[in-house]
Amino acid sequence: MTRRLYLYPVWIRIWHVINAILFLILIFTGVSMQFAGSGGEFSLIRFDQAVAWHNVSAIILTFNYVVFIIGNVATTNSRHYRIKKENFWADLFAQLKFYAFGMFKKEKHPFPVTYEQKFNPLQKISYVLAMYVGMPVLIITGFGLLFPEILVQQFFGVSGLLITDILHITMGFILSVFMLIHIYTCTLGDKPATLFKSMISGYHEEHE
Amino acid sequence: MKIALALIASFFSVVLITENNGPVLQDPDQVLQIQKGIDNNLFAEDNEKCLVCHGEPYFELADTATGVIRNRLMCDDYHVDRDEFYQSNHWSFACTDCHSYDFEIFPHPVSTRLEEPYHCNDCHGYDEQYARYQFEEIQIEYEESVHAEIDGFSCWKCHDPHSYEINIRNSTSLGKTILYDNNICLECHANFDNFQLLTDKEEIKVIDSHGWLPNQSAHFTSVRCIECHTGINESILVAHKLLPKDKAVKRCTECHSSESRLLATLYKFQSKEFRADVGFINGIILNQSYVIGANRNIILNVLSFIIFAGVILVIVVHLFFRIIRRA
Ligand code: HEC
Ligand code: HEC
Ligand code: HEC
Ligand code: HEC
Ligand code: HEC
Ligand code: HEC
Ligand code: HEC
Ligand code: HEM
Repeated sequence: MTRRLYLYPVWIRIWHVINAILFLILIFTGVSMQFAGSGGEFSLIRFDQAVAWHNVSAIILTFNYVVFIIGNVATTNSRHYRIKKENFWADLFAQLKFYAFGMFKKEKHPFPVTYEQKFNPLQKISYVLAMYVGMPVLIITGFGLLFPEILVQQFFGVSGLLITDILHITMGFILSVFMLIHIYTCTLGDKPATLFKSMISGYHEEHE
Repeated sequence: MKIALALIASFFSVVLITENNGPVLQDPDQVLQIQKGIDNNLFAEDNEKCLVCHGEPYFELADTATGVIRNRLMCDDYHVDRDEFYQSNHWSFACTDCHSYDFEIFPHPVSTRLEEPYHCNDCHGYDEQYARYQFEEIQIEYEESVHAEIDGFSCWKCHDPHSYEINIRNSTSLGKTILYDNNICLECHANFDNFQLLTDKEEIKVIDSHGWLPNQSAHFTSVRCIECHTGINESILVAHKLLPKDKAVKRCTECHSSESRLLATLYKFQSKEFRADVGFINGIILNQSYVIGANRNIILNVLSFIIFAGVILVIVVHLFFRIIRRA
């Protein structure tokens, strides 16, 4: 028996695929700029092209992010992003324990996917942090670098641009690590490809 | 004349040092400490003979025969600003050190007006006191620059005789120095009136010809024109060999990289003193600018590498157990 649940509405799927592609471009061009070498010994892509691609992708990403926010305000998808205080740490720990030991002992999922709850506690907290803390910081600092005239010139004697940039690359790095873990945990479904299929078809599938 | 000037100059340093009440110093760096300004210029009174007209927005045109006096505008190009002049490098001069005494006659005779001005090296060449500026090397570089071919061009065109002040060498604000240095170029390259005096060429719109450079205003306020338009010269602080436009720096990574040429140009003075071997982070750059690709924080880089490797390791180990346990 397969249980099918429609959990990923079309707009989420479109948002997500655009988001993922732009993120890959942004990481690629961002790393290329950060480690640019003058002789081309480490230039993934020409610097000026990297800048152009990075800027254009970032602007589209920002619009896309707004779509995500509006979508989650306007639809019931937001129910999956509400963090409950009770049992917060205990639930998180239970999920971690499952990933670390339980799943190897063929234990049952501590938080089975339901219509009410498509994310397990670990997914939930990481998505909330990524989408509501990481992305805003990344976008705001990114726009600061694009329009440096809006930045504070000096902050306790250190260039505002430097602080902004450090924040930007640090957050970019953290979100890149998030993405790596995210992609890996997405292979932890019923079968390794199950969750990716859900993100395409919209349906969550599970053998009873 | 030259000897007379040299005498005047050395006489000055002596007089001014003794006036300073400090120990008698020969170090030119210390001579610099002398308070500039109209009060310490010994010829200030004589200079007023010229500045009555050249220091004011208008002058009195008088007919000695009829006694008629009329006010006439002193056009901006002949205006010499007192404050700027007495703060400039040549603040201690009399106008007539550089200009003929015949300028005391008005209207100025044509022969006087066409007098060849001094060259910088008439006074500064092979002078030990100015050895650190390397005027001779600058002269050689200038002669190979694109401007040198232009009839009527000279060092004075960039070093305004009445306001030029050394800047980057004593700079406390990189931003102000960049503004000062770029304004030198923009005097002609953003002001067609001055440009056309020297060439028949069409006006060059600097904004347009640099359209390929993104964040133009950020660049023009954080680098100087000469960063891209001159070759690198290790032995002088400010390179003077302006190359033809097709040799100008266009590759972004010349600056945006760990081997940034800015270290050999704009940040030369500072980088020699502060640059740490491990990275690029140093006082001046930390505080005043951030150059993508050039500023690298070694600690952050290493840290990010360790975190990244750690995550990969965890994933690989997890994957390994999934495979052998078929989970
Ligand atoms: C009565 C006013 C007056 C006085 C005094 C005066 N000038 Fe002038 N000077 C002018 C005017 C007006 C011009 C521009 C018109 C012209 O070229 O005749 C001029 C032009 C000049 C020029 C530019 C000549 C050129 O063609 O490039 C120089 C250099 C100059 N003066 C130097 C001096 C010096 C040095 C003194 C003092 C010793 C002096 N002037 C005193 C009115 C004066
Ligand atoms: C260090 C030498 C020097 C001193 C001191 C100096 N001048 Fe000049 N001045 C020059 C030179 C050189 C030129 C020609 C500039 C050029 O060809 O671009 C000039 C040009 C001028 C001009 C023509 C307009 C211009 O700005 O190009 C005037 C007027 C003038 N000087 C007035 C004065 C007055 C008045 C004083 C004294 C307050 C003075 N100068 C002091 C070197 C000097
Ligand atoms: C007529 C002789 C003379 C000419 C021409 C001349 N200078 Fe000078 N210059 C001097 C003297 C003398 C001083 C020292 C002034 C003082 O501080 O009292 C000086 C000072 C300087 C200084 C500051 C040096 C220091 O350590 O304070 C610089 C830089 C300089 N000149 C550059 C130039 C340049 C560039 C030119 C040509 C565009 C030029 N000078 C033309 C005589 C001259
Ligand atoms: C195209 C413009 C241009 C011309 C022409 C030019 N210079 Fe300069 N020069 C500059 C600029 C810009 C600076 C930087 C000023 C600063 O920040 O102190 C400079 C700086 C200098 C300095 C100070 C360097 C130091 O070590 O502090 C000297 C000395 C000098 N120039 C001499 C000359 C001499 C001599 C000539 C002619 C042979 C000449 N310049 C021609 C643009 C020019
Ligand atoms: C980032 C490097 C860079 C900086 C900074 C820069 N330039 Fe250029 N400039 C260039 C390059 C490259 C070219 C050649 C452009 C081309 O051929 O397409 C050029 C061309 C020019 C030309 C010739 C344009 C023409 O169409 O003939 C002038 C004049 C010029 N620059 C002046 C300036 C001035 C003045 C400044 C300072 C305000 C400046 N540049 C700053 C790189 C630079
Ligand atoms: C006194 C006026 C004047 C000043 C100051 C000046 N320039 Fe020029 N520059 C010219 C003129 C005139 C030309 C055109 C020459 C010609 O006819 O080819 C020119 C040409 C150029 C070119 C184009 C060369 C080519 O290959 O076509 C560049 C680049 C340039 N200048 C850069 C600079 C920079 C950088 C500075 C400041 C350090 C500067 N200029 C200061 C007058 C000036
Ligand atoms: C002459 C050196 C130089 C060259 C060449 C240069 N840059 Fe820059 N660039 C800088 C400096 C310095 C800054 C730092 C600006 C600041 O501190 O505000 C900068 C800043 C930037 C920024 C970020 C602006 C901001 O908001 O911080 C971008 C994007 C950029 N450059 C892109 C480029 C591209 C693309 C090219 C090649 C087409 C290029 N640069 C060529 C020196 C250069
Ligand atoms: C190539 C890169 C990516 C792949 C393959 C991928 C894959 C997936 C998959 C399979 C899901 C569904 C499983 C689940 O709901 O957990 C998912 C959901 C999600 N992903 Fe990704 N992802 C990628 C990049 C990103 C990035 C860069 C972000 C954010 C910065 C992100 C944020 C999210 C969010 C918030 C959800 C939940 C959406 C919802 O249903 O409300 N993903 N992703």
